Amino acid sequence: MTEAVIRVEALFKAYDTPAGPFPVLKDVNLAILPGEFVAIMGPSGSGKSTFMNILGCLDRPSEGRYFLSGRNVAELGKDETAALRNRTIGFVFQGFNLLPRMSLADNVALPLVYSAIGHAERRARAQAVLDKVGLGRYADSLPSRISGGQQQRVAIARALVNRPQLILADEPTGNLDSHTGEEIMQVFRALNDEGITIVLITHENDIAAHAKRLVRFLDGRIVEDRPTLSLGLSPASGREKQTFPPLPPAGEGTGERATS
Amino acid sequence: MIGAMLHEAWRAMGANRLRTLLTMLGMVIGVGAVVLMMAIGQGAQYAVAQTISSMGSNIFVVLSGYTSTGGVRSGSGNAPTLNVADANAIAELDGVDTVAPVHWGSVQMVYGSNNWNAWVQGTTPSYLDARSWPLAEGASFTDSDVRAATRVALIGRTVAQNLFGDENPVDKTFRIGQAPFTVLGVLAPKGQNLEGRDQDDLVVMPLTTAQRKVFGTPFQGSVRQILVKAGSAEAMPAVEKSIEALLRQRHRLRDGADNDFTLRNLTAVADTAAETTRVMSLLLGAIASVSLLVGGIGIMNIMLVSVTERTREIGIRLAIGARERDILAQFLLEAIIISVIGCAIGLFLGVGGALLANQLAKMTVVVSGSSILTAFGVAAGVGIFFGFYPAKKAARLDPIEALRYQ
Repeated sequence: MTEAVIRVEALFKAYDTPAGPFPVLKDVNLAILPGEFVAIMGPSGSGKSTFMNILGCLDRPSEGRYFLSGRNVAELGKDETAALRNRTIGFVFQGFNLLPRMSLADNVALPLVYSAIGHAERRARAQAVLDKVGLGRYADSLPSRISGGQQQRVAIARALVNRPQLILADEPTGNLDSHTGEEIMQVFRALNDEGITIVLITHENDIAAHAKRLVRFLDGRIVEDRPTLSLGLSPASGREKQTFPPLPPAGEGTGERATS
Repeated sequence: MIGAMLHEAWRAMGANRLRTLLTMLGMVIGVGAVVLMMAIGQGAQYAVAQTISSMGSNIFVVLSGYTSTGGVRSGSGNAPTLNVADANAIAELDGVDTVAPVHWGSVQMVYGSNNWNAWVQGTTPSYLDARSWPLAEGASFTDSDVRAATRVALIGRTVAQNLFGDENPVDKTFRIGQAPFTVLGVLAPKGQNLEGRDQDDLVVMPLTTAQRKVFGTPFQGSVRQILVKAGSAEAMPAVEKSIEALLRQRHRLRDGADNDFTLRNLTAVADTAAETTRVMSLLLGAIASVSLLVGGIGIMNIMLVSVTERTREIGIRLAIGARERDILAQFLLEAIIISVIGCAIGLFLGVGGALLANQLAKMTVVVSGSSILTAFGVAAGVGIFFGFYPAKKAARLDPIEALRYQ
């Protein structure tokens, strides 16, 4: 059996609030194998972002175990988890999160700085991944000079530059129009075809349809885990009506909400 | 890695140039003030040390007593209570190196169409030794000149300039009254003493010549003062006591009677002056250090603002694999660069200011390598000290919170 890239067992997470611990994740179990393309869906407050932060070694579970490439993350020190974020995981954020005063090439090369890689190689590798996402000719531009979709491509290039096994993307198309979102998803699919494991959070069904597997969170638990119908086929054109209710007003918390 | 970090620090500083420059200005003023104040303080100490060494070291002056005529008392040195025999007796004491009896007064001197009033010291050749006073030109008079009371003289630089102008005074003859005197040598210039009196405005001649042929004395062999040089600084207290005891015995003073002479320790005066300037330069340094401290706090303040402003950036860096120490190093490096560049500029201005003070105010300044090194060390230290807390704060940020920060 191939070793899972991600394996979580009996994962709990609670945040401390003045009113006592507030549970966010309740007994989450999941294994993701190399080469999978997983979409995580769920309403706001369902715990999917917290789950993603734990997968990304940015946060630690209250209970349960998390193995990343077979290593128990709980046993690793801060510097070792930093090295995991640097080399094993690539992050793509909703808000792109490029550093505004750096050229695209410098932005893309930034993870390599923390891997103690020399200047010439940083530059060459940054150029190579920028070429790969089709933005090689903008290497010396600043992020403010390019469009949102292009910025997200640069962010993907940054996630790729250190050749990670796993890419974690938190609503990567959330700030993009549907057409640009589709383009970004094509980039992810191409990467997945190269064997990179991809886990992404999305609210949109047609984005999720690009993935091979869909995991749905509700109220801190996984309520659905199935292959997507498309299984890598091209998704239905057009944007479907969202199948979950709109965000609750602030303060309502994560009370009962049903997905249809 | 270091290259990349320097590059990043430079970019971060360049992103907010005015703010970086203003932060630097605090360091510039602080370091500039410290360097300038140290230069002035050390200059003052140097000037005092020069003056002290010009008096000769380990010197006592014994002044004869004063006269009292109908209740009107003259100053010290006017009563004929000291004589050459006293001087010879002091020379025999343990710990005494050199003794020079001095009879002084002022005279009007004439050379050609010039005339000049100068202070005359009639003494023995050992006077120059006691005061560590070399000759610039010519030769000193000798003990045989003292025995024969020859009309010869050594003159100070000021006298030479005023009486002889550009001429070389050696072997020239000037007059005091109608009596001709031959110049044997010119004394090396010593400058002002601690009271500001020009020490070079004097004539040194054999004691006997001054006593018999220039001023006359109330009693045979009486002198106005005796210069005593102790063998070492440690011996001075003992020598002081034994001189006093010896003179009281020789002058047959009863117990309880006042001394008919005054014993003055010039080193004590010099020490006081040295201590005063030392305290002054410490004080200047302390005041300047406050501005350095304020500069350091300015750096801390700006770094804290910068950390808050760049919270999101820190979150991104942490997410893509920066370790805490990478973030710490990044912000610390920025603080150190600001303070070191500020220090370099401050050093430049401080040294410039010191040279200006020297040129315009004729102030003695000393810019020593040690003060420059100290300033640099302190600046780097200030950068590390005041940069550390903000850098630590940055490194400790929670990446999730930092990424959410708007």
